[in-house]
Amino acid sequence: MELPRWRPGKLTQIMLHFILLAYSIIVLYPIGIMLLSSVKGTREIFTNPYGWPASLRLDNYSKAWKLANFSVYFQNSAFVSVMTILVLLFVSSMAAYVLARFEFRGNRALYMLFISGLMLPVRLAVVPLFTMIRDINLLDTRTALLMVYVASGIPFSIFLLVNFFKSIPKEIEEAAIIDGCGLFSIYYRIMLPLIGPALATVGIYNFIGTWNDFFFPLIFLRTKSKYTIPLGVMQFFGEFTNQWDMLFSSLTIAIVPVIIIFMVASKQFIRGMTAGAVKG
Amino acid sequence: MAKVVFEHVYKKFPNGVIAVNDFNLEIKDKEFVVLVGPSGCGKTTSLRCVAGLEEASSGNIYIGDNIVNDVAPKDRDIAMVFQNYALYPHMDVYNNMAFGLKLRKFPKVEIERRVKEAAKILGIENLLDRRPKALSGGQRQRVALGRAIVREPKVFLMDEPLSNLDAKLRVQMRAELQKLHNRLKTTIIYVTHDQIEAMTMGDRIVVMKDGVVQQVGRPLDIYDNPNNVFVAGFIGTPPMNFMEGVLKQENNRLYVDLETIKIYVPAGKFKTANMYVDKEVIFGIRPENISELEDTPDAKQEDIVLANVDVSELIGSETYLWVSNGPHSFTARVDAHTKAEDGSEHQLVFNPEKIHLFDKETEKAIP
Repeated sequence: MELPRWRPGKLTQIMLHFILLAYSIIVLYPIGIMLLSSVKGTREIFTNPYGWPASLRLDNYSKAWKLANFSVYFQNSAFVSVMTILVLLFVSSMAAYVLARFEFRGNRALYMLFISGLMLPVRLAVVPLFTMIRDINLLDTRTALLMVYVASGIPFSIFLLVNFFKSIPKEIEEAAIIDGCGLFSIYYRIMLPLIGPALATVGIYNFIGTWNDFFFPLIFLRTKSKYTIPLGVMQFFGEFTNQWDMLFSSLTIAIVPVIIIFMVASKQFIRGMTAGAVKG
Repeated sequence: MAKVVFEHVYKKFPNGVIAVNDFNLEIKDKEFVVLVGPSGCGKTTSLRCVAGLEEASSGNIYIGDNIVNDVAPKDRDIAMVFQNYALYPHMDVYNNMAFGLKLRKFPKVEIERRVKEAAKILGIENLLDRRPKALSGGQRQRVALGRAIVREPKVFLMDEPLSNLDAKLRVQMRAELQKLHNRLKTTIIYVTHDQIEAMTMGDRIVVMKDGVVQQVGRPLDIYDNPNNVFVAGFIGTPPMNFMEGVLKQENNRLYVDLETIKIYVPAGKFKTANMYVDKEVIFGIRPENISELEDTPDAKQEDIVLANVDVSELIGSETYLWVSNGPHSFTARVDAHTKAEDGSEHQLVFNPEKIHLFDKETEKAIP
């Protein structure tokens, strides 16, 4: 059934556009400042913070990339973020599939246990986490980050994926059973492709969080060669001077992957966010 | 190609509901059997037991000569068509149909040959590269059928495959399914709640209610000789008229006393009728066995019933008269050009050869 479309009046439309425009400016302004500052010198950033740069200092980027060791941080971040997403999607989609589709004693309780993680801010557990990671000898490793990120991403992922799996008609699975699918191939060849939007949502959501996280690298990492970007850019804050130009050009490089991923997956992402709002 | 046998099959769900209660049936090779009944009668559950999607609580199911109770669905060599089609949304039509064959590691050439052939039979050759989303209901239904056909299974299982189609398409697909059956010559078990589908398509019909088989037989046998009140009322539209009365005897002739109506029972029509004299019975007669006096000039005086026409419904090919007489209301199917007017009295003739009698206590037909 198609509901009549909501058509806002003229005044409402103007208001809506005004609000959206204001929001866009709020979001885009700092990014713009960052972009501008990334091609200025430190001195110019202070003398002319909002203006157009006197000359485009594009070598800021290559300097940051090479001299400030930024390529290593970038690789570390990419490794941790990508692995987190892969492991997280794999683990939580399998768990969610079982929770959504199989009836067994304790199913509900197990689901609740997973979901209850949503209520606990993972940063509160930093002390026990630290001792745990220390006890298993993973301090100062990227694996430690990976494990914490995956674990902290699971509640939201399971919450979202279980509901997605439940929305898929059971008959599709039954058709697959009769067609000759085993359990794993139903999951892998039928169910996973069908929850693509949800996977994209979970993926993007966690990627951004992991990519930007400063807290856990700060807690777990010691060696510079293992630093991720947010921790790495800290070195631009010196004891006496801050290298603002390097900082801004590093940050500009750092947001590129997020933007690319978002652009690639945004269609799926939006479908994931709005699924269930309208049936069809 | 195989027979399917149900042997004392029970299905009890964990919540205590007995969905299938002592189901016994032998479906012959190449037979088109329709399981029909109201929703919740166990017909779909029975079908799912054959498919292996449901496990029988007790009893045996045979496909061919083998007991398949413990055989995985994929190894039962069956194909199933679902009510909501259950196509894979992320695959195009070709891959939807080829999926089962691919999993079974058929050579590519063979897969292509079978898919193309099935597509040709079903007239969907031009849709092979489309996704299910871009198809109409009727086209999806064809793809679902195609997915079953390419497997060339021993048995086709169809769970209300036409229910989601609009009325016109349903009639069309009904005929096509029959053609398909004639062509493929495969055993088909077909589940529906629509008695017209059952009547038109089945070689044999199995009428079910509350998990119990009520009657098994060829469509016309069931129509002419229903076992009990339920079957009599379920098969046929408009349904059979029922009136409660007492069987009486007068001058060596039996008649059903319906207070305001007297129906004489032809001698010898019911062999055991004598045992029911002075007992309560349910009298039944189908609407088409009640005619207008004008159309039945040689009717006997005793078979004429005077009734008040409440409503007349013109269908086009015929007219249904909804009439009443004393406490009884019933329907007559008469010529479209009837002169009966709403609110008027009308003379109707009950065809005594076509009457049915049922035991009021057991609701079983009196033989």
